Amino acid sequence: MFETKSGVMVIAGLGFFALAFLVMGLLPWLIYWDQPELTVEQIAEQGYVHDFVDLSERFPEPFKQYFGSVSRTSYAEALRRGHKVYVAEGCWHCHSQQVRPVSRESERWGPVSHAWEYQNELQRPVLFGTRRVGPDLIREGARRSNDWHLAHLYDPVSVVPTSVMPTYPWFFDEKGYPNRDGMCLVTYLQWLGSWLPEYPYYYGEGPPARDTTPPAGQSAAEAPAGGMNERRLAGTEN
Amino acid sequence: MTSIAAPIVFDAPKLPADRELIETRLVWWYFVAALAYMIVAMLAGAMISLQFLQHYPFPGIELLSPGRWRFVHTNGVAYGFLANGFLGMLHWAVPRLTLRPVLSRPLSYFIFIAWQLIVVATVVGVLTGQAQAVEWGETPVWVDPVALLGLVLVAINFLHPILQLQGPMYVTLWYFISALVWTVLVYMMGSFLPQYFVGGAASAAIIGLFIHDLVGLFVTPLGWGMVYYFVPIILKKPVWSHGLSLVGFWGLAFFYPLTGIHHFLYSPIPMFLQYGAVISTIAVELVVTTVIINFFMTIRGRGDALRTNLPIRWFYAGMVFYFTTCLQCAFHTTLTFQRIIHFTDWVVGHSHLVMFGVFGFWMLAMLTHLIPRLVGAGDWHRHSWNAWHFWLTSIGMLIMFFDLIIAGLIQGYQWRDLAPWEDSLVASAPFWLTRTIAGTMIIVGQFFFAANVYMTWARKPVAAPSEAPMPVAPAAA
Ligand code: HEC
Repeated sequence: MFETKSGVMVIAGLGFFALAFLVMGLLPWLIYWDQPELTVEQIAEQGYVHDFVDLSERFPEPFKQYFGSVSRTSYAEALRRGHKVYVAEGCWHCHSQQVRPVSRESERWGPVSHAWEYQNELQRPVLFGTRRVGPDLIREGARRSNDWHLAHLYDPVSVVPTSVMPTYPWFFDEKGYPNRDGMCLVTYLQWLGSWLPEYPYYYGEGPPARDTTPPAGQSAAEAPAGGMNERRLAGTEN
Repeated sequence: MTSIAAPIVFDAPKLPADRELIETRLVWWYFVAALAYMIVAMLAGAMISLQFLQHYPFPGIELLSPGRWRFVHTNGVAYGFLANGFLGMLHWAVPRLTLRPVLSRPLSYFIFIAWQLIVVATVVGVLTGQAQAVEWGETPVWVDPVALLGLVLVAINFLHPILQLQGPMYVTLWYFISALVWTVLVYMMGSFLPQYFVGGAASAAIIGLFIHDLVGLFVTPLGWGMVYYFVPIILKKPVWSHGLSLVGFWGLAFFYPLTGIHHFLYSPIPMFLQYGAVISTIAVELVVTTVIINFFMTIRGRGDALRTNLPIRWFYAGMVFYFTTCLQCAFHTTLTFQRIIHFTDWVVGHSHLVMFGVFGFWMLAMLTHLIPRLVGAGDWHRHSWNAWHFWLTSIGMLIMFFDLIIAGLIQGYQWRDLAPWEDSLVASAPFWLTRTIAGTMIIVGQFFFAANVYMTWARKPVAAPSEAPMPVAPAAA
């Protein structure tokens, strides 16, 4: 059996692989089976981060061209595309998206990650990451202002002199405004962690300003009630 | 026996000639492709390493973005360098072990061309922003089905002669059979499940399995199969213990597939699975030790070969590195170490030692052994160039390894101590510089080898391929 063709092929090749897959792959799959996996549209239903509105105010012309108006549809579109850019650029090889319960990571970044946070379309395949050249990003939302992110993406060293992050000038048009990819990526970054009650994670800056005005092109009734929309970021440049 | 008047005449089976069995030209093509991709992948790595020194040579160019070239670096090593090298090796070894040709020569050529197209498509795909978010499996989604089909064809092509074999099989073939089956399954699992069927923490479990199975169930069994084949041939000595070979194979087959989740320790994946992965990882290291013992007992009494025979030196240097990585792994897979070293350069050092220090070294061992035979040149153009190749590569590899594990420890402790992130960048800078220097040494070594391969190939054939003498490094090397 141990040296025969069928033994090697059936027991080792198929059998042991299947066993491992059942235990280490299928089992966790079944454990989370009943947890719904949100689509991007469902995420957008829960409300959008203020930074998306901020982009529309800051860059009205290009924003209109790329997204039309601020709406759940355009927000969902931005998130999906931002995620795609994040994957395509390999940001996830330098940035993890997971706060571990050890090494005082929750003091640095915010609450420890839980499985339910990853039950959505934008974590398929999951972006836990295996290397941190730069900091973890799962709690990045509202930590920095849009301006900070844009300047940082254009030329990280101009913001953080010791940075080894690459430059991404192709997220900007000739005038220096962020293009579609740039805006989508920043929206995606600002979304990260926005689902937690503790969001946002910068402290000691006073309460975040309330943003009750409905975004342009939306009636008050349509604007997401409470939720993320009212947590206006305070643009900390720490 | 000599006194018997009428000698016993065995009805010896007629051994087929090499020519009937093996498409030597294809083996050579595979090796050339492997070398080319190795150099491309290494140059990509060196280029990215300059980003870490804040001196990236091509900043702000989309198609030369370091983030994208990282995909080329890892995929180039796995699918360009190692896969091509292994395919060439299988074409050389399987017909010899089974005394039967592969299923079909046209199919072999088709696979060769298809595989190169797959690798090129992958490179083009990831550079134009179509990567898939699976580490080591960034192959764009539209390449995945084609690559899977290619792997199925590879399996059929090689399993055909192996499965016709009667009676007991040599160790190498156990590894080959299982590797051919596993690779198809692993690729299928990693490329399709996390993309289309399962997200969230559960997909991390599957991605972990994929990352590690790619090393453990594709590269490792083919690598060990290769070592079991070439080392006894070169040493002209059987493997020390058949029993230990069995332990090594079956231990690997059982424990290796279970280890994947150790890539995501302290993640939201259920803790009991994480413990399971840690335990099976440590078990793998024990199994590996038996294999290493087996090979060091094999070379006992022929230790001079380490000095005089370059392929053997490559093989055993790779084995020493293998033992080092495995020992390291048995420790750093534990939750205690994970607190500090996860996410740091420690892991990067580890994976470089595994993929290049071990499997790359074995591949180079085989190439050093076979290339003069393949091109019918009799011997290498310059033994001294090969010696340079070995020493530059080995020393570069060692420097890179120790450099990165120390950097990893520093980073890990700084993060735990809540030092500002920039501090860890500043502290890492000298280590990243050292890495670039070590990497450059390795690349220069490969240039020596590539030049030697070219010059050897350009020589006029002096002997029939199989009669070529063993390449022997001069004592002065
Ligand atoms: C070569 C590795 C590398 C790559 C690739 C990379 N980064 Fe970074 N990133 C860093 C480093 C190092 C820092 C820390 C220094 C700094 O702030 O610039 C950082 C910092 C950041 C920060 C600031 C985090 C904070 O709050 O302090 C953000 C946001 C960020 N990166 C986003 C991205 C995005 C988006 C991408 C992909 C387009 C990306 N990074 C690609 C290395 C990288």
